[in-house]
Amino acid sequence: MHPVSSVRTYVLVWLTLTILTFVTYYVAQIELGEWNIVVALLIAFFKMMLVILIFMNVKAESPLTKLFVGAGFFWMVLLLGQVAIDYISRTWMPEGKMW
Amino acid sequence: MADTHGAVAEHNPNLRHHFDTMEQQFDSATLGMWVFLLTEIMFFGGMFCAYMIYRSMYPGAFASTSMHMDPMFGAINTAVLIVSSLSMALAVRAARLGQQQALQILLLVTIFFGLAFLGVKAFEYHAHWVDNKVPLFAGHWDYSNTKDFPNQAQYARPAQILFCFYFFMTGFHAVHMLVGVVLMLTIFMMARRGKFGPTYFTPVEISGLYWHFVDIVWIFLFPLLYLIGRTKKLI
Amino acid sequence: MSTVLQDPQTIETPNYLNAEYGWKSWLFTTDHKRIAVLYMISITVMFVLGGIFAGLIRLELLTPQGDLVNSDTYNKFFTMHGIIMVFFFLIPSIPATLGNFLVPMMIGAKDLAFPRINLLSWYIYIAGALFALIAIVMGGVDTGWTFYTPFSSTFSNTFVITAAVGVFIAGFSSILTGLNFIVTIHKMRAPGMTWGRLPLFVWAHYATSLIQVLGTPVVAITLALVGLERAFHIGIFDPAIGGDPILFQHMFWFYSHPAVYIMILPGMGVISELVSCFSRKAVFGYSFVAASSIGIAVIGFLVWGHHMFVTGMSMYASLYFSLLSFLVAVPSAIKVFNWTATMFRGSISYDTPMLYAFGFIGLFTIGGLTGLFLATLAVDVHVTDTYFVVAHFHYVMVGGMVLAYMGGLHFWWPKITGRMYPEGWAKFSALLVFVGFNLTFFPQFIAGYLGQPRRYHAYAPEFQVYNVLSTAGATVLGVGYIIPFIYFMWSLKYGPLAGNNPWKAKGLEWQTTSPPPTYNFETPPIVTEEAYAYAAHKEEHGG
Ligand SMILES: [Cu+2]
Repeated sequence: MHPVSSVRTYVLVWLTLTILTFVTYYVAQIELGEWNIVVALLIAFFKMMLVILIFMNVKAESPLTKLFVGAGFFWMVLLLGQVAIDYISRTWMPEGKMW
Repeated sequence: MADTHGAVAEHNPNLRHHFDTMEQQFDSATLGMWVFLLTEIMFFGGMFCAYMIYRSMYPGAFASTSMHMDPMFGAINTAVLIVSSLSMALAVRAARLGQQQALQILLLVTIFFGLAFLGVKAFEYHAHWVDNKVPLFAGHWDYSNTKDFPNQAQYARPAQILFCFYFFMTGFHAVHMLVGVVLMLTIFMMARRGKFGPTYFTPVEISGLYWHFVDIVWIFLFPLLYLIGRTKKLI
Repeated sequence: MSTVLQDPQTIETPNYLNAEYGWKSWLFTTDHKRIAVLYMISITVMFVLGGIFAGLIRLELLTPQGDLVNSDTYNKFFTMHGIIMVFFFLIPSIPATLGNFLVPMMIGAKDLAFPRINLLSWYIYIAGALFALIAIVMGGVDTGWTFYTPFSSTFSNTFVITAAVGVFIAGFSSILTGLNFIVTIHKMRAPGMTWGRLPLFVWAHYATSLIQVLGTPVVAITLALVGLERAFHIGIFDPAIGGDPILFQHMFWFYSHPAVYIMILPGMGVISELVSCFSRKAVFGYSFVAASSIGIAVIGFLVWGHHMFVTGMSMYASLYFSLLSFLVAVPSAIKVFNWTATMFRGSISYDTPMLYAFGFIGLFTIGGLTGLFLATLAVDVHVTDTYFVVAHFHYVMVGGMVLAYMGGLHFWWPKITGRMYPEGWAKFSALLVFVGFNLTFFPQFIAGYLGQPRRYHAYAPEFQVYNVLSTAGATVLGVGYIIPFIYFMWSLKYGPLAGNNPWKAKGLEWQTTSPPPTYNFETPPIVTEEAYAYAAHKEEHGG
């Protein structure tokens, strides 16, 4: 068991998340080339970490829970990364450049 | 916190026979939910994986399809889900602190915003249906050039793949939302009967974890589906 | 079952079998031991069904001409054999039966962490199996158990959706079993049962559960996408609109290669218990064997591309997957060497379970080493889609997993039922299984290496000698399976009472009565010693 966070913390997190949502929305309208998707995913990742750590209270959870959360990311990377190895190194792709 | 649980362990009617203490029962249930969420990550992970490959194969086509989605709806729905996540987090907090009244109200708020999300989603689906952007049904797919989109016909074939992704990913997400709403209704009914208090709030806690997870999936779906290449004049 | 229960000799001790009577007490039970028995009955039914298809395949292949059935029917035969054996027998075989029965007992728990979810997983399994059966009855599936696109998604005119739904559903039963084991092993261990004292059977099940939990959802969503693609005649693997069928194979094998380890790791756990008990020695290098289970589970996710060397995947990806496929042999080899070292200077006895363990070690080694041939890029191009591959994975799946299952079943049968099986018959049938198995599958290595392709109902006449040998072996193997079935049934009523610990084995499950009481232990056990604390010197044991 672990202590609960204060209402203030939750509201602050909520405020940050909402602001970031609209930041995502407006940043997408700015021409950043390849970086548009990177910025969008970074913001999404940051939002996800906020939800996991505060809303889901993982920051106060046992190391075991943290390990399982980490395992989730790790296996996701295994899936995406290893499939990508094939497609990155293929020489033929329909619309030309791969990444 | 641990000692308060140990003290009431023997008398707590919520302790199932095969556990020794309430704490062990709570820890098992939470760990079980986390392991379940691992499977959910990989379940959606399969779709994200396929999405990643096709998006890099057909960047132009994917950007073109994104133009048929209204990012404002996406953003509003994201905000709606985030509110529901806030009320969910506060509901768990209320359950832990034994605030019965607050718990019930917050659960209702969560359910309300969950349904609001589904409503907006249904509205969007309807718009795509009217717009003939549903390749899954014969007669509801049209990707020829129009006045607003004079160059899109070149993407007509791979664009179907993204629309399939759009419907499969948001569809599976919506199914998870529906399950979440039903779950919350159940929790609400239990809360009304005063099932929860500072010594027993496991169901609220673990359904909260599920709710937040579904929220996280949407946090990624929003930029990945609605915000592709919005700056480029590809269309 | 009921005959056992009325026997005055067993009715004295209250146990999980005589705790309650009637079909309701079984179908609504939450006792992990009863659920294990339910699973045991169901997977036996599926095994018989899959075995019938195997028999039909071998019958057709007796002659080079396709004279028994036409090629379409033959395609359905091997598909149904594969789907049933992989998803409805091998995947649940040891985890859902022996694992379900033993994991809580071995760690000193009263039950699994989520007994109702355990029961639910059985019902989900039954629902999945029903869909598979419906697919068979309606006319079968002909895609192969791998459901490769675009054939499965666009061209096949058989009942792909029904079968895929069956596999999809059964996947959730597997996930729930894995989830239950993970939580149970983390949270339900008896006082003193540290991670370093866990029986290797439990370690193996922990590793298996990780794969079930992390891999199965990916194949579930992949098959769901194929089903949706068939249902709507459009989807994401369709080359006609620019989809990539090879992506399906990536996602399918992301699960299905690790699934091979779902099928073999629990078997390895069983063998660790058997080798230790019948050598009267602690397993050599306990921590290495335990860690190699986890190693296999993790590295198993890094090698799937070896199924795709000839598909048009990038050759650099092939290099990567080939290299890692060699790596995964290391933890498997550690286990084989350590079992051998355990037997070294042990006082070995040759009871039936140990015979199966010997069989496992030999056959798994052959299966594993031929796997290395297949991981070698150039060799793989030569033998892909030949009987060499068929022989390889049957050496692992049947020579490995099925033998381990049989060995485990004989070993724990006295614990499960309280009765001994007839040792003479058991030894005889273990021999039949070993001989029959090798006769069936060894010729396939040769036929495959010489170029006989798999999945054809007719073949060139020069391969007939290997196929006749193979069919003859399959007959012997079949007899080898039927005899244990008969004497196990016989032993339920007439078998001599086993006593609590007929093998004088270590492990908490042997410290309680046979059959165990509903909550496993009269008094909650406290663990004070390491696993496999066998006295180093001679000790008589019965059996
Ligand atoms: Cu493999």
